[in-house]
Amino acid sequence: MAQPQIRDDIGGQYELSRIREDFPILSEEIHGKPLAFLDNGASAQKPRQVIDAVRAIYETEYANVHRGAYYLSEQATARYEGARDIVQCFLNASSRQEIVFAKNVTEAINLVAYSYARRVLEPGDEIIITDMEHHSNIVPWQMIRDERGLVLKYVSCTDDGEFRIEDLARLITPKTKLISLTHVSNVMGTVVPIREVAKLAHDNGAKLMVDGAQAVMHMPVDVQYLDCDFYAFTGHKIYGPSGIGVLYGKAELLDAMPPFLGGGDMISTVTMEKSTWAALPAKFEAGTPPIAQAVGLGAALEYVSGVGIEAIAAHENDLLSYATQQLSSVKGLKIVGTAPSKTSVISFTLDCAHPHDISTIIDRAGVAVRAGHHCAQPLMERMGVSATTRASFGMYNTREEADTLVAALESVRELFG
Amino acid sequence: MLDELRNLYQEVILDHGKDPRNFRKPDNANCEATGLNPLCGDRLVVYLSVDESNIVQDAAFLGNGCAISMASASMMTEIIRGKTKFEAEELFRRFHEMCTSDEKADFSDDEDIERLMVLSGVRQFPVRVKCATLAWHTMDAALKGEEEATTER
Repeated sequence: MAQPQIRDDIGGQYELSRIREDFPILSEEIHGKPLAFLDNGASAQKPRQVIDAVRAIYETEYANVHRGAYYLSEQATARYEGARDIVQCFLNASSRQEIVFAKNVTEAINLVAYSYARRVLEPGDEIIITDMEHHSNIVPWQMIRDERGLVLKYVSCTDDGEFRIEDLARLITPKTKLISLTHVSNVMGTVVPIREVAKLAHDNGAKLMVDGAQAVMHMPVDVQYLDCDFYAFTGHKIYGPSGIGVLYGKAELLDAMPPFLGGGDMISTVTMEKSTWAALPAKFEAGTPPIAQAVGLGAALEYVSGVGIEAIAAHENDLLSYATQQLSSVKGLKIVGTAPSKTSVISFTLDCAHPHDISTIIDRAGVAVRAGHHCAQPLMERMGVSATTRASFGMYNTREEADTLVAALESVRELFG
Repeated sequence: MLDELRNLYQEVILDHGKDPRNFRKPDNANCEATGLNPLCGDRLVVYLSVDESNIVQDAAFLGNGCAISMASASMMTEIIRGKTKFEAEELFRRFHEMCTSDEKADFSDDEDIERLMVLSGVRQFPVRVKCATLAWHTMDAALKGEEEATTER
């Protein structure tokens, strides 16, 4: 079956057809229909450049890192550490020591919860998060709160899903020591003004942790400009492999923190009595790391940077406006989250059908979306819905795929209406 | 596309899904349990009133979920009324078997399962099996005196 026709509506600068050709899975058919992959918020597809990089290291350069005094190990170490340099450059961190590889954002947040909050915060101290966090930015704080007698406070978003900094300011007290926010809501696409939040936090003597899982693939992120203390993102949502994530932390904070996990690779010396820790970032990378995944992440960041994150943002913004407009024409459809500043994520409900039924039905038209609570149950409660259907657009999506989604939703209405 | 889906979403299911029967909290219920599907967040409560001879005199439910889970709960409350505890548990076992069996399995000897065959479309949609069985797991938990049921056990 022929590829769907690609319309390039942003002046021809964005080479959408060429980009699509880089992603082999996009030419697959699902139930005999061309795939319209609109679940990028859960995990994105991989370009050939990433697949090739992972294949190449296994085929020609693989050995364990930081260990062997032989050619292959030196090669693998150079590739692994080279990926760290790419991440440093991508986030504009001031030093490569500030880039810690973790399994994913969940592990990165747990690292900060256990090695920072658990050690530094005193009983009665406050952590502030929002009610639109992913469970990964809620549960670790609840666990530390219960263990250390801390207080966990939530900033509520508006009915439109907007984050308002004045609502955060109102919650801050002299006891507030840590603020941990999502950069972009995984359900609604709401963008949080991190630079302003960082200033507010620092003016009040608090540190700021940012969950960037849903941000880095949609907008330029410069951690020095944002001035956040910690920033985490994951590889698989930015067209890289799963099993690799990144924690950025300001060097003076990471330096003062004890290790999260103990084991090989993170020590300086070990005797039967005690051990001393390796320097940053090795102190936080116990055990054999995800070597090929890190290399794949480096390839993904180079790919995204090669296309240009600004160009990707412009393309996705066009898709967001177009899809929002087209979806609004579907009878009984209500968009959940209409903040003025959004990424290309659209959650919605349909009056005649439950999100799971919608997902099953439109899958038969080749459309992949996420249905459910999106690991954000407190937000579902806040917005007064039990579940939503979420279409999340990425760099390779097209206006035609938004049309396919809308047509598939019309068939849901036909079946259920 | 819709033809394949009509096997999953048969008229009876759409009808029960839109207009669930026994969708209420009875005053005289003496067994109840909450059912959770942690994967999707679906949640429902099953209320049973079981008399001293172990006969289910009334069955009802409240909650929200997809058309499959609502229809399955609705049909279950109709079908287990008048059955003994033992019969209701046995029917759960048979229903579960039907939802997870291959299409050739024959249940024609069982009138109740025959009626529930409208839900058998889930066999072609493995992730939706739990939608169909949630209410039944919950009913089973209520009869056993457990407060909570989950599709993840």
